[in-house]
Amino acid sequence: MLTTLLQNVINALQWGSFYSMIALGYCLVYGVLRLINFAHGDIFMVAAYIGFVFVGFLLKFMPGSGMYGWLVLAITLPVTMILTSMLGVFIERVAYRPLREKGAHRLYVVITALMVGLVLENGNLAIFGASSRKFPEIIDKVVFTFAGVRITNLKVLVIVTAIVIFIFLQTVVNRSKIGMAMRAISYDKFGIPLMGIPVNRVVVFTFIVGSSLAAIAGVLFGMSYPVLDPYMGMIIGWKAFIAAVVGGIGDIKGAFLGGFMLGFIEILIVSFFSSNLKDLIAFTILLIILVIKPTGFFGVAKSTKI
Amino acid sequence: MTGDIPKVGEASKFSAEMMKEDINSAGGLEIGGEKYMLEFIYQDNESKAESAVAVALKLIEQDKVIGIIGPNSSKQAIPGGEVADDNRTPMVSPWSTNPATTKGRPYVFRAAFLDPFQGPVAANFATQQFDAKTAAVMYNLDNDYSKGLAEYFTAAFEKLHGKGSVIAYESFGQKDQDFSVQLTKIIAAKPDFMFLPIYYNKVALVLPQAEDLGWDGDVLGSDSWGSAELVTLAGDSVKGHYFITHYAAAGAKGATKAFIDRYNSTYGYIPDDVGALSWDALGVMVEGLKGMKEITGDIAADRVALMESIKAIKSFAGVTGTMAFDKEGDPIKEAVIVKVSDSGEFVFEKAVAP
Repeated sequence: MLTTLLQNVINALQWGSFYSMIALGYCLVYGVLRLINFAHGDIFMVAAYIGFVFVGFLLKFMPGSGMYGWLVLAITLPVTMILTSMLGVFIERVAYRPLREKGAHRLYVVITALMVGLVLENGNLAIFGASSRKFPEIIDKVVFTFAGVRITNLKVLVIVTAIVIFIFLQTVVNRSKIGMAMRAISYDKFGIPLMGIPVNRVVVFTFIVGSSLAAIAGVLFGMSYPVLDPYMGMIIGWKAFIAAVVGGIGDIKGAFLGGFMLGFIEILIVSFFSSNLKDLIAFTILLIILVIKPTGFFGVAKSTKI
Repeated sequence: MTGDIPKVGEASKFSAEMMKEDINSAGGLEIGGEKYMLEFIYQDNESKAESAVAVALKLIEQDKVIGIIGPNSSKQAIPGGEVADDNRTPMVSPWSTNPATTKGRPYVFRAAFLDPFQGPVAANFATQQFDAKTAAVMYNLDNDYSKGLAEYFTAAFEKLHGKGSVIAYESFGQKDQDFSVQLTKIIAAKPDFMFLPIYYNKVALVLPQAEDLGWDGDVLGSDSWGSAELVTLAGDSVKGHYFITHYAAAGAKGATKAFIDRYNSTYGYIPDDVGALSWDALGVMVEGLKGMKEITGDIAADRVALMESIKAIKSFAGVTGTMAFDKEGDPIKEAVIVKVSDSGEFVFEKAVAP
């Protein structure tokens, strides 16, 4: 019983890590622009495909096992991050910035984001077709067993990465100059340009970081759940968004813990109740939390969110 | 032969051409002491329900056929079957698995087994092969096929081993990708084997995760595993496991092997489920024709006689198994269990009756 419980804690940590990584991407963009970037889940999906294509390309030149596997991963991650960032910045440039400069209501920007997501999904469908793709295995699986609890090296990697990303973001946003600029824009986006802060450059930086997060999450997700399809980012994106809201959207700590919380709620419900009721119970709980505390756990109404 | 699944129609047509050649080169079919040459009229339903109705009507009224083979997909076979039954023309669908195709339609038959049938087959096979006394089931909650099979299997297995012998009964949603907690529950319950009536793309996610969590037992799947993509997606994790299907090309023996070899040498590829089931559907029709006393020339009377004759078939040995028909026109036959070999081929393991 205890073994099962501990095993489920590990399961929840891994699954929650993905929610967290995606939720952080939502949170970052929202924090700066007050824009719910609904395309984020689909950027994550595109990142997984970029990783898939690039790994396939690399495997033509080197074997995908042993040290080479880690080398493949070490090359794939930055390349995917760069390509995905380019996509993120491109989307910002053609879809969000024109609206922002015309002073469109936030609602229109959110709708635009939804449409961008659909464009990405269907664009992918047009390129790769509807059939699922297999993400190649690149690192040799090692299973560690502690008192009957099993954890693979990949799961450790996923959990550690999520934590590292969180610490990195916390530091950047709270300690660095550009972080200060990000917080400043979220505080007052009309006054800030007058202070000589290049708003557009900070926004582009935000999208680069947000898309890179999606890239890391996408590649790790592809390695953990190696069946890719064009709609894989949709549901997990929505759920991560909900996690970010419950955590208190705009707050990095909130998004991070919100992601893990959703992971734990989902997994514990299945382990104690029936798996048929998973989403029903999970989202009822989240709904109750929001009714009691509409700003989420760490959110403060109308404050300097980032 | 056109539409979204053109290969399906092509496979049926190729089988029909082979059957025609067989019979006509032997001088025709002997019915009531007289020889008749066989003739097939091919019509394309474009994989659309409305075209299926139109071509069925054309075949019945203009071409005055004695019987119809097809349509293949349930989507066309259900309306097509209605037309055939209303016009009292015998019809045999090779591939359709939806109960509605034949239900309450005495003139409509089929060659493929139905979904509910797989439940007892899985229960029997696991009991014999794995010596299983307890089972775990994991299915896709928002898919009727998967949910239905999980229920049919549980009912059949509990009938064999008593109530409560299905010790873990878990589900997941269509879009779910992480099954670790369901699998942790299943593994903790220590069942003798796991029954997975889920689609092949989910199999590719479930099996590696199960392996990571320490599952090393047997797994049995349903006919939804039977895709060439199964091994591409699931890789090594699926090797050594079993699933239920209509027929197996690898490891086939006797008449089945002869059919496969001939088909392969004529058309250049190994026939799939549809090719084999079409062959059997044709075989059933021919068997029915042979069983008729005579051809009177009155097409309406002959059609009734053909229907009666097919219904009366005691046992027909086809390439997908030996079959007879129940009162709904559904075959009572054996299912084939295949094992995924180390090279990724689906190898015949056993034929199992429900």
